[in-house]
Amino acid sequence: MYQWDFGILWTYRWLFLNGLGVTVGFTVVIVVCGLLFGLFGAFGTLSRFRALRLLALTFIEAFRCTPILVQLIWFYYALPILAGVEMTPITASALALSLYGGSFYSEIIRGGIISIDRGQSEAGAALGMTPIQTMRRIVLPQAIKRMIPALMNQSIIQFKNTSLVSVLAVPDLVYQSQVAAHDSYRPLETYTAVAVAYAAILIPLTILVRRGEKRLAVSE
Amino acid sequence: MSQTSKIEIRSLRKSFGSNEVLKNINLDVAKGGVVALIGPSGSGKSTLLRCINLLVVPDGGSVRVGDTRFAFGDGSKLPDVKTLAKFRATTGMVFQHFNLFPHMTTLENVMEGPVTVRRMAKADAETLARAQLAKVGLAEKADQYPATLSGGQKQRVAIARALAMEPDVMLFDEATSALDPELVGEVLSVIQQLASEGMTMVIVTHEIAFAREVADRLIFMRDGVVVEEGPARQVIDNPQEAATRAFLSHFHRTGALPPATTAS
Repeated sequence: MYQWDFGILWTYRWLFLNGLGVTVGFTVVIVVCGLLFGLFGAFGTLSRFRALRLLALTFIEAFRCTPILVQLIWFYYALPILAGVEMTPITASALALSLYGGSFYSEIIRGGIISIDRGQSEAGAALGMTPIQTMRRIVLPQAIKRMIPALMNQSIIQFKNTSLVSVLAVPDLVYQSQVAAHDSYRPLETYTAVAVAYAAILIPLTILVRRGEKRLAVSE
Repeated sequence: MSQTSKIEIRSLRKSFGSNEVLKNINLDVAKGGVVALIGPSGSGKSTLLRCINLLVVPDGGSVRVGDTRFAFGDGSKLPDVKTLAKFRATTGMVFQHFNLFPHMTTLENVMEGPVTVRRMAKADAETLARAQLAKVGLAEKADQYPATLSGGQKQRVAIARALAMEPDVMLFDEATSALDPELVGEVLSVIQQLASEGMTMVIVTHEIAFAREVADRLIFMRDGVVVEEGPARQVIDNPQEAATRAFLSHFHRTGALPPATTAS
């Protein structure tokens, strides 16, 4: 029977904390940037202009239909060779993860917008609103409520996807625990602790969002 | 007549794909006039109504409401979104399914047009909105959300919302078709009140008895053309065309209106 010894991890507390900081910070960046890409993708695919629709669709499918691990490696190793664009591991992984997340956010946002009954925009138009006013005042406030669970879900996936940046030697939680595991010969304790750390951050967040949803649902 | 008419439609055409929905439609509505559009489903009456405020953009012909005229078809450019929005602000529309904004209270629904489109100060818009809600008999529902209202109440809020824009004309697209029978009367009575105040209106309806009572002109459409047109009572009581007779035979044309119409 394996003898667990979590006490050993205390030695590496600063390493873990450091890694956790990088992971959380990274998630904030890729969620925010991802949402911006997502807005572009969503409004692009809904645009009246064919060229914009095509561009948005290409972006979405390119990043949605290829594995994130491949994208990370591609951004870091291939772009310098093909386009002469040198990036630090952090920039490359932030960009890849934002675009990857953005492709999924696009579809969530687009889905939320088109789920709102056409009659709503017609009513806005009949009052004399411009399409932009209708979107801002009528459609989006309703659509966002419907998007929140899916956006939250995708952001949770994004948070966990940051663990992949360790392949580019970005010192996130997983990378630092690899260091700790190699040093302590205690991979079981280390990775268990890492799993607990991810869950400890995500579970309170999900509870918070569930509460928020209930409050938003009042008017419906 | 075209000199005094509020709404003037000439040679209007509209197709959806290969389906020609409106074929060369002409229509005049006098200032203060009430025109009822009747006909079987698929006859193009709703599309015609939606062409009047350009929610549906016609393929050909022209639409004039008040002093604003748009021509469509070869060589004429489609109006841009700003022009369209400005034009629609002068026409009120009431939909079959109410289309109230569910994320806003009743009061906010009615204030939305004045605040967002007419840039009215919030306080003024609220005064106006409360007055409109009182007019449709729903002053006490101001702070409720649409989901808590009955169908008839929702439709009356929708009418108040349209009236808050102080439109020149009102368009009703089967405003009572989605209502339970016992709620039809309260909506019809509001429309009747508007008619008596001299509002120019075009009403798409299946309430033949109501059309006979309230409309001064009646248009019967079938398959995208106007089959018969004339004073409402005359057409309903004594239709000239066989198609009109066949259609009207499905309805009670006279008799008492639903109860609430006499209440106000």
